Amino acid sequence: MNNKTLCLYFQIHLPIYLRRYHFFDIGKNSDYYDDFANSNYIRRVAKDCYMPANNLLLSLISQYDGKFKVSFSISAFVFEQFEKYAPELIDSFKQLAQTGCVEFVGMTYSGSLACLVDENEFCNQVKKHDCTIERLFGKRPVTFVNTEQIYSDEIGEMVANMGYKAILTEGARHVMGWKSPNYIYTNSINPELKLLLSNSRLSEDISCRFSDQEWDQWPLTADKYASWLNDSEGDIVNLFINYETIGENHKAESGIFEFFATLPNEVLQSTNFEFRTPCEAIEKHGVVAPLHVPYPISGADEECDLTAWLGNDLQNAAFEELYKIKDKVNSLDDKDILRDYDCLQSSDNFYYMCTKLFSDGLGNKRNMPYDTPYEAFINYMNAISDLVLRVENAVENKNI
Amino acid sequence: MKTKVLMFGWEFPPHIAGGLGTACLGLTRGLAKRDVEVLFVMPKASGDEDQSSVKIINASDVESEYEYSDVEQCWRNIDFIQIGSNIRPYMDPERFEQEVKLAILETTKENKITFKNKYPFSGKYGANLMEEVKRYAIVAATIASQNEFDVIHAHDWLTYAAGIAAKKKTGKPLVVHVHATEFDRSGDNVNEAVYNLEREGMMEADVVVTVSNLTRDIVVNRYHIDPSKVITVHNAVDFKSFKNINIERGIKEKIVTFLGRITYQKGPEYFIEAANKVLKHYPNVRFVMAGSGDLMNRSVMRIAKLRIGSKFHFTGFLTGDDVKKMFAYSDVYVMPSVSEPFGISPLEAMQSGVPTIISKQSGVAEVLSHAIKVDFWDVDALADAIYALLAYPGLSEFVAKKGFDEVNTLKWENAATKLKEIYQTLQKTTLTK
Repeated sequence: MNNKTLCLYFQIHLPIYLRRYHFFDIGKNSDYYDDFANSNYIRRVAKDCYMPANNLLLSLISQYDGKFKVSFSISAFVFEQFEKYAPELIDSFKQLAQTGCVEFVGMTYSGSLACLVDENEFCNQVKKHDCTIERLFGKRPVTFVNTEQIYSDEIGEMVANMGYKAILTEGARHVMGWKSPNYIYTNSINPELKLLLSNSRLSEDISCRFSDQEWDQWPLTADKYASWLNDSEGDIVNLFINYETIGENHKAESGIFEFFATLPNEVLQSTNFEFRTPCEAIEKHGVVAPLHVPYPISGADEECDLTAWLGNDLQNAAFEELYKIKDKVNSLDDKDILRDYDCLQSSDNFYYMCTKLFSDGLGNKRNMPYDTPYEAFINYMNAISDLVLRVENAVENKNI
Repeated sequence: MKTKVLMFGWEFPPHIAGGLGTACLGLTRGLAKRDVEVLFVMPKASGDEDQSSVKIINASDVESEYEYSDVEQCWRNIDFIQIGSNIRPYMDPERFEQEVKLAILETTKENKITFKNKYPFSGKYGANLMEEVKRYAIVAATIASQNEFDVIHAHDWLTYAAGIAAKKKTGKPLVVHVHATEFDRSGDNVNEAVYNLEREGMMEADVVVTVSNLTRDIVVNRYHIDPSKVITVHNAVDFKSFKNINIERGIKEKIVTFLGRITYQKGPEYFIEAANKVLKHYPNVRFVMAGSGDLMNRSVMRIAKLRIGSKFHFTGFLTGDDVKKMFAYSDVYVMPSVSEPFGISPLEAMQSGVPTIISKQSGVAEVLSHAIKVDFWDVDALADAIYALLAYPGLSEFVAKKGFDEVNTLKWENAATKLKEIYQTLQKTTLTK
């Protein structure tokens, strides 16, 4: 029997909180981060979610003797934050990696939107991430998940050129039409790159709706979920889930830990699905067709486009300012500047400037550090102004 | 004979939302030097105001004592206030004052209950403003009946009702001080309730003091007040309070500053458009908009759209030392107000040695020769003036030096002398009555 594949991707996304960076700080104080907020957030989520969830996965892997597998989408920047604020997590992830049942996927270093600007910058960021993964876990990633699952034909081509075999994105409705996300497709420019599409409904049943008591399917149990998997067509189901789902977005009281503890058994016993890592999945299943995505899509909200990050003048102006200095930054060999440049590239900075959130209440989904998008813009531009000054000074000094 | 003034204000440094508090402080200090006693009443004094020359009564601490003949009557009075705020934005001050008087005087009947109400004041301009203005007036009548004074002086429309109430209670002459009119704040879209309250105050007043001739014209022509009782007393600047601080700048570029509320009245959009023009010809400059207000978000969006965000910064509302710091950072100060009754902040800028550009539509233009004056709407002229002050050191040095000398001749003591004359004339007229 040709067994289907269940691919679990857990994503960790850490917000980077900037401190209130005042105009008077420009040129005088180049510390942009709210270390207190950042460390607080990490320590809290590590305690409620990352550590207990890691322990759960570890025990499931040993319990099912290699039949339970997961993959992680965690950026190098996040690992560096862990090294700084919650080093016990690094050991825990290393333990997971040693089981051989865990795959770490490729990403950009800090969750940037560089793929929309410049291939070089994009590749730099991806390589930086890969190096960290290799340093920590001894293996270079072969599958890729872009920031916010942003994808287009061209982005796919760049990813293929870097040697990746597959990329995961979300099959936006306007791109998929009648097509099912439960098959493997290929990039329309370079068919060597396989396209994995997350199943947004089944993913969100867990990540968004699990503890929603208004939901007509509440409470969600593992056997009910397994029956839904049985009902699904196709070869593969990709579940792309924020790791914070386990214990943070859905608290332990909701039963989320029990759900995941019993899921492997239900899946292995009462469905014809097997757990595979993405890199095993693309070996196992054939491709059905190329998928054309001429304009970038993303995994964000209803529109599945870029407007959450680059949808208004504030965002576009800040984004342009950020990438004006990319060549100068890269011509320098200044670790501090490079690090700040990476952090300021994080897509969150632009998300905070989003004005469409006013209407749909998405703002509550992530911890918004600013009261308004305008404040986000002002603060960010002040920090960027300081970075520009530092870059210009460094370039001047270099030329002397 | 020592003159004693009961003064109704609304705000006092450091708790200020505009220049009104600064002017109140300067005037009371000046008056103290001219041997005038001031009893300053304001809502919600917080305890850290400068009290060297004024005695502050916190209006929130004053218990208004009304004795009602029975419970029913009391409820009717409370209801009355609420109805006033629901149906009309405020209650007619005269009628209101009558009610207060009635309530205070009706102490003879039996069966009376004394209500001691401490009215909580928020102290900030807010949604409940009309309600607060009314409450303030109730308390004002009580304060007036408990204190000795010769003249009542009310600053801006928020306290006019209080001034009227105090006058009705004691029969003492009333001076209302016009720091701004509804036309300055809202252009031609005036809030009728505010306009009426302003006019009421001006009509009831024995003397209307305006901060500039510009404002005097508005009072005479748009509020139809008898010109013979409208007197201009220009504002000044407090030399003592404004020490320059030495700041090491983190920025090499020159800095052009707008400092004020980001509202229609202050003309922020003209500053932005001029900045955009200057940046095209003179890259070595940054623009700073210091303040907050209802046009702030629109301004941020505009500079993003113009893509000048890396050269145009917002600081939010600045207070105390940060204001001084901002002046110390500045190479050019701009006040492009659409309508500015006076405008103290250019004086502070000039005192810090910053060359200053002001709009011709500001009262302060009447007293300054060594500031560059442009029409607020003339963005090209404004851009030219900014460019000239940036590019020609000879000009900016000259303007800074002459401006510094000039501004230091504008003293609150001079304004206080004029006020004292007004008080004394009023005192004499009252006595002869």
